[in-house]
Amino acid sequence: MPSLGADMEAGKLVEWLVKPGDRVKRGDIVAVVETQKGAIEIEIFETGRIEQILVGLNTEVPVGTPLARIQTELEAMAGTAAAAPPPSAPAVPVAAPPSMPAPVAPSPPPAPLPPLAAPAAAARARVSPAARRLAEAHAIDLATVTGSGPAGAIVYADVERRLGAPVARAEKKRAPGLDLDAMRTAIAAAMARSKREIPHYYLEHQVDVTASEQWLASINAARPPDGRLLIGALMIRSVALAARRFPAFNGFYRDGKFEPSRAVHVGVAIAIRGGGLAAPALHDADHIPLDELMARMRDLVQRTRSGRIRSSEISDPTITVTSLGERGVETLYGIIYPPQVAIAGFGRVVTRPWVVDGAIGPRSVVSITLSADHRVSDGHAGALFLAEIGRLLQEPDKL
Amino acid sequence: MPPQMTQPATTEITYRDAMREAIRDALHRDDRVFLMGEDVGRYGGCYGVSKGLLAEFGAERIRDTPLSESGFTGAGIGAAMAGMRPIVELMTVNFSLLALDQILNTAATVRHMSGNQFGVPLVIRMATGAGRQLAAQHSHSLEGWYAHIPGIKVLAPATVEDARGMLWTALQDPDPVLIFENVMLYGMAGRLTADAGPVDIARAAVRRPGRDISLITYGGSLWKTLEAAAVLAGENIDAEVIDLRSLRPLDDATIMTSVARTRRAVIIDEGWRSGSLSAEIGMRIVEQAFWELDAPIGRVCSAEVPIPYARHLENAAIPQVPGIVAAAKAALGRV
Repeated sequence: MPSLGADMEAGKLVEWLVKPGDRVKRGDIVAVVETQKGAIEIEIFETGRIEQILVGLNTEVPVGTPLARIQTELEAMAGTAAAAPPPSAPAVPVAAPPSMPAPVAPSPPPAPLPPLAAPAAAARARVSPAARRLAEAHAIDLATVTGSGPAGAIVYADVERRLGAPVARAEKKRAPGLDLDAMRTAIAAAMARSKREIPHYYLEHQVDVTASEQWLASINAARPPDGRLLIGALMIRSVALAARRFPAFNGFYRDGKFEPSRAVHVGVAIAIRGGGLAAPALHDADHIPLDELMARMRDLVQRTRSGRIRSSEISDPTITVTSLGERGVETLYGIIYPPQVAIAGFGRVVTRPWVVDGAIGPRSVVSITLSADHRVSDGHAGALFLAEIGRLLQEPDKL
Repeated sequence: MPPQMTQPATTEITYRDAMREAIRDALHRDDRVFLMGEDVGRYGGCYGVSKGLLAEFGAERIRDTPLSESGFTGAGIGAAMAGMRPIVELMTVNFSLLALDQILNTAATVRHMSGNQFGVPLVIRMATGAGRQLAAQHSHSLEGWYAHIPGIKVLAPATVEDARGMLWTALQDPDPVLIFENVMLYGMAGRLTADAGPVDIARAAVRRPGRDISLITYGGSLWKTLEAAAVLAGENIDAEVIDLRSLRPLDDATIMTSVARTRRAVIIDEGWRSGSLSAEIGMRIVEQAFWELDAPIGRVCSAEVPIPYARHLENAAIPQVPGIVAAAKAALGRV
């Protein structure tokens, strides 16, 4: 079970898209996991053959639990598949004789992210025998029952209560995807952690984006509506390019130190109708062509709002962009999504009297803000980073 | 089921007097019955149970014995095998250990070892329990040990009805029966119907019906447990109280029926905790009613120390009402 966010402790496997014997290649979607953020499609990070499914449907397991066993091509050739340990089984180091080289264990498939601290939810849920039997008799999934007994144990009365009010929770659970209450809980945890742990500093920069608007207008004139570029794509691209140049804003602060990321995966804050927010990643936003970036943005927004995000998208943004331009707000200061170290905010593009070449004229202006982690960078670097974003937006044809 | 605890036309009687009535009744009913033990005759029994019986029935049937538990218990076994119906009184369960060889190696085994040619229709009565400041050598509760032995029956009358009725039923049994009388009960008074007589000894009794938890006990702890149930009722916990009455054999059906309904159990046993009767009962519940349980089974037992002399220490060493209440609440997750 990959960690799909710093605050995730467990996930529920709701769909397997592969079966033992299937060949998979890196990046294939193999399963769907339900988390507080909705249904997440799990991609595989190894190429090979699915050997064994280890976690059944509708099972909630802690982060780090192996979901399936894969025979990689290398293993297949070496015939060592049987010796492969379950990916995340705690490795018991065998003391080798000092003179002998340490035996090379078949490397387990890398987890999408290094596992976080051992999840507290790893312990088996406590269920009294009477409660278990009652639940079985009525086909109640114990994962949907809240325990009120000692140490949160599920007792008979809890299952009875669940039987009495079976509709609300069950129905909500059944629709794969969005549980807005759970999402709110997840946002609350992440944002509280951010404000508690990250010393934010904030900068604002006003940028003339007239050139961008004009360039977009000329590009879009000949295109059908669904092929048009939006200024949001330019904003994301400019942040991605600036982040590549200023690595202090692109990466993760973990275990007391900053780990810059070579890849730039820009998280895009997407509001969900009815409440809730997710910031899945546009991978390699600094490299893909602008048209593809735009297409991916549309796809991402659509999928996020319908509650299907892929595991890599939710787990690996290296910097986030948030924009409230559509909502009419001129300036916004974002809260960093841990363990990232920066978030760039765009307000609404407004027409302002602006001095250009000594003359006052109407120009399109946008406020760009930076909230950054002071443990990693300072205002000076932040100012250069913001200025770089502004400069990039002046030359849209180069984006 | 035993007779109802309260009925019209009752008289008030102490447990001690009810026991004496039972012996007198048996002596009248069957001239093979006789009582023997230390000080049962002229002194009237160390707890006064047999007071007056020597004058009424004579030295042939109320026999004082030397201080030799093994000797007169063995004599009782011989008399029983020879056709008599002896009642042997041992002053306390502590002293009964001197007769343990006779009880375990002879009385309990003769039917088996004789290929069913001989039985031992013997009744042994003894006092058990703490609470009278008689110190360690007079105060232990070892009935659980006897309940371990195949070949005998072990009874623990807790009410005046059972004190009055169990003896005759025991005398009808073709095999040895041990009756344990808790020393704290002798002075307790209860109401007894005029026609009170033999009682069934095969079944446990539900002394207080309830739906939230089963409190399983016997003998002297029954009354503390009923008191605890009243305290729990004040906190909206409806406790069922089961009086085992027979410690061997145990009435599994009554226990399991109750636990299946309440889904929780606490066993109150004045014996020491380790290897106790409560351990046996708890294990049987797990074996037979595991899937009915909603909480770990609880136990309230005696502290694993020789019972102290000092009153406050003695009280602290044996089960008391607050401990029973606390254990019941813990089982309900209401600490």
